[in-house]
Amino acid sequence: MEKKTGYKILEKEAFSDVTKIMVIDAPHVALKAKAGQFVIVKIDEKGERIPLTIADYDREKGTITIIFQEVGKSTMHLGSLKVGDKVDTFVGPLGHPTEVKNYGTVICIGGGVGIAPIYPIARSLKEAGNEVISIIGARNKDLLFWVDNMKAVSSELIICTDDGSIGRKSLVTEPLKDILNSQKEISKVWAIGPAVMMKFVALTTEPFKVPTIVSLNTIMIDGTGMCGGCRVPLKEGAQFVCVDGPEFDGHSIEWDGLLGRLQYYRDEEKIAFDRFKSHSCNLDKITTEREG
Amino acid sequence: MAKLTPKERMAIPRQKMPVQDSNLRINNFDEVALGYDEKTAKMEAERCLQCKTPQCVHGCPVGVRIPEFIRALREGNIPLAVSEMKIKNNLPAICGRVCPQETQCEGKCILGKKSKPVAIGRLERFIGDYELLHRTCPLEKASPTGKKVAVVGSGPAGLTCAVDLGRAGHKVTIFESLHVAGGVLVYGIPEFRLPKKVVHAEIDYAMDCLGIEIKTDYVIGRTLSIRDLLDNFDAIFIGSGAGLPMFLKIPGVDLNGVMSANEFLTRVNLMMGYLFPEYDTPVKLGKKVAVIGAGNVAMDAARCSLRLQKILSDSNNDKTEVHIVYRRSRQEVPARAEEVHHAEEEGIIFDFLTNPVEILGDEKGCVKAMRCIKMELGEPDSSGRRRPVPIKGSEFDIEIDTVIVALGTSPNPLIFIDAEELQRTKYGTVVADQITGKTTVDRIWAGGDVVTGAATVISAMGAGKRSAEDINKFLL
Ligand SMILES: Cc1cc2nc3c(=O)[nH]c(=O)nc-3n(C[C@H](O)[C@H](O)[C@H](O)COP(=O)(O)OP(=O)(O)OC[C@H]3O[C@@H](n4cnc5c(N)ncnc54)[C@H](O)[C@@H]3O)c2cc1C
Ligand SMILES: Cc1cc2nc3c(=O)[nH]c(=O)nc-3n(C[C@H](O)[C@H](O)[C@H](O)COP(=O)(O)OP(=O)(O)OC[C@H]3O[C@@H](n4cnc5c(N)ncnc54)[C@H](O)[C@@H]3O)c2cc1C
Ligand code: SF4
Ligand code: SF4
Ligand code: FES
Repeated sequence: MEKKTGYKILEKEAFSDVTKIMVIDAPHVALKAKAGQFVIVKIDEKGERIPLTIADYDREKGTITIIFQEVGKSTMHLGSLKVGDKVDTFVGPLGHPTEVKNYGTVICIGGGVGIAPIYPIARSLKEAGNEVISIIGARNKDLLFWVDNMKAVSSELIICTDDGSIGRKSLVTEPLKDILNSQKEISKVWAIGPAVMMKFVALTTEPFKVPTIVSLNTIMIDGTGMCGGCRVPLKEGAQFVCVDGPEFDGHSIEWDGLLGRLQYYRDEEKIAFDRFKSHSCNLDKITTEREG
Repeated sequence: MAKLTPKERMAIPRQKMPVQDSNLRINNFDEVALGYDEKTAKMEAERCLQCKTPQCVHGCPVGVRIPEFIRALREGNIPLAVSEMKIKNNLPAICGRVCPQETQCEGKCILGKKSKPVAIGRLERFIGDYELLHRTCPLEKASPTGKKVAVVGSGPAGLTCAVDLGRAGHKVTIFESLHVAGGVLVYGIPEFRLPKKVVHAEIDYAMDCLGIEIKTDYVIGRTLSIRDLLDNFDAIFIGSGAGLPMFLKIPGVDLNGVMSANEFLTRVNLMMGYLFPEYDTPVKLGKKVAVIGAGNVAMDAARCSLRLQKILSDSNNDKTEVHIVYRRSRQEVPARAEEVHHAEEEGIIFDFLTNPVEILGDEKGCVKAMRCIKMELGEPDSSGRRRPVPIKGSEFDIEIDTVIVALGTSPNPLIFIDAEELQRTKYGTVVADQITGKTTVDRIWAGGDVVTGAATVISAMGAGKRSAEDINKFLL
């Protein structure tokens, strides 16, 4: 039997203390990857399976780019790996790709680490002939990344931060409302970011009847339609995010039910996180003691 | 032992299976049934009458050579017993543990008419375990044919098909979407019923001897399509199982604390959630769990819940409960008899003739109770079982904080992306010839749960075996 050899990390860069980008050697995923799809990553034998968006791909080199924010045990562990290290499992491409057509003028909104997945979508939409207006937001200047990338694919790029350290001091929904109120004909809106942000984007566009696509980040286990753990309550019944999504019509989602499901494992996530931190602190201590 | 008369044989009592004590085992995930030792196995084997027309064989979906292997065993020639077994069944250590023997081989054994049937499953497990330890029976491999076959799914159907094709000299590649091979054997059936090391040992052995390649992390339909496989292989066998969970269509199913048995069992078994936080995947479970359904899946979910509650609880005084909620009566329970018996011993509460109508939540959106209705049995339905009908006005609430739904599964649709010409039934199962497994598309065969819907390990293996035979004919 071909024993598992893992998938090598070829490049790694830190966008900020908590946001990392990695290029992974995974030719089997790169072959068919498209904008809007995701992979499932499991770091080692004891790891959990976590979903991450395909931020970019290179079919010839057989590589996949992921960008992630360290929010808990698994993402922090992933962030601690170095170039040359391997992850155990890397499955994909999963989920439906973004439906890219020439719609006219579209708005692409990326919040926080959501800038990573919105970029390839904005790029594909531009390539298909759309006029792309982009709004990106983060808590502060240090958490922003890919501003130049976004600029290159947008006719207009609006930057918002919570603290005003760069761009407009506001939530992404404010410039969105301004554009919708202007004379401009907007055909479609994409929004990717924290669930609360996507909820308010959907609520903002609803009265204007502008179709709004959001990409959901529910908790997943297998990512292949086998468990139903990722299900999202829609107005017409539940669907599985890993198979039917990850993109959904933002106006059809029962947001409160969804937000509740995202919180369900909070206590356990904290246990895992604290345990990992204390382990890695001990490790740091041991190595510094040795080196010192 | 001197030769016995039939009367003497029938006087030997059916040998008991040693088990872990029920008070101890509810605190761990170690195997419950411990297996016969050689002496007990030989004693049990002496009970077999070596019937001229053995009915037991008709009860087995793959026709295991039961009298032959039992005879070799009682004559002390275990290697011969193993090779008799492997003519029909490559995975005796697994089938001996999980087959519903009481409705299959043992259900037909002639001794069952007067007393208790020969414990065929336990004997099968004995020789399977012996073989895992001693490796007397190398898998023979024909010289390479130069033909390539793709097998999708590494459950019992796919594995059996792959092994037989590998033996015939074809180059076989298995594509599996999960990170480990084994299908339901690893993600569904818990450690205490089928230790994972038994499954892994069987798989490694077959792969090492036959050079079969297993590509995990390949979701067919996404990573590659059936069409891609047709372009690169001479034949394809689809054994992708029936892994898509069904949910209840009642109010409250999207509350926190309601999950499919697949989610629960995957967290516990595949991701080793019972060892959280050493392993990263958590399993959240309340103090009062209701499992809906009464098949093998429901029994496994209930018994895993019970163990987890013990492991998770801070003290022994925590009042915990696990209920099996089933709309029919005890008689209709479809699970393996041994598992129902073990579940009862362990303290699972059975609520028969009870059907949930609504799940009630608290202000945080978490489950707090389940509204049920009492049922009574009416006229037989199409399955021949008496149809349960609700008793008007008998609704009542039970306090519950976790609901696990074990109401059945259907084939996962991902594999059919880009393979529209593959004909399927309205239940989503693949249309295939009952014997050969040939589908409506040239060069594609299918078998196991993806064709029959959720069934059994041995019937999936049988289907894999029959398809391998037909594929072999086609290739040569
Ligand atoms: C289709 C999809 C694509 C995704 N793409 C990306 C991506 O490109 N980059 C990225 O950084 N993250 C992405 N996520 C989210 C990512 O999977 C989670 O951040 C990760 O699983 C958290 O694991 P953890 O152990 O580090 O944190 P945990 O300990 O699991 O969680 C820590 C905190 O994060 C929250 N959280 C947990 N799981 C999720 C989740 N699935 N989504 C949002 N918040 C969560 C928890 O409520 C908790 O507050 C995606 C999720 C999905 C479903
Ligand atoms: C909890 C539980 C307990 C059970 N207990 C018993 C028992 O005691 N006795 C008994 O006889 N039977 C039992 N069964 C039923 C038995 O396990 C199944 O009938 C049997 O495993 C079916 O085998 P299979 O090979 O058809 O499918 P599976 O075992 O389901 O294997 C299918 C494999 O295909 C993979 N796959 C699916 N889609 C794709 C894709 N698109 N690309 C690549 N790979 C894919 C899956 O990940 C899986 O590994 C139980 C089932 C469950 C769920
Ligand atoms: S494979 Fe199963 S049904 Fe057949 S003889 Fe063995 S235990 Fe009985
Ligand atoms: S029917 Fe029973 S007694 Fe007869 S051969 Fe089979 S196992 Fe032996
Ligand atoms: S993650 Fe299991 S069904 Fe989507």
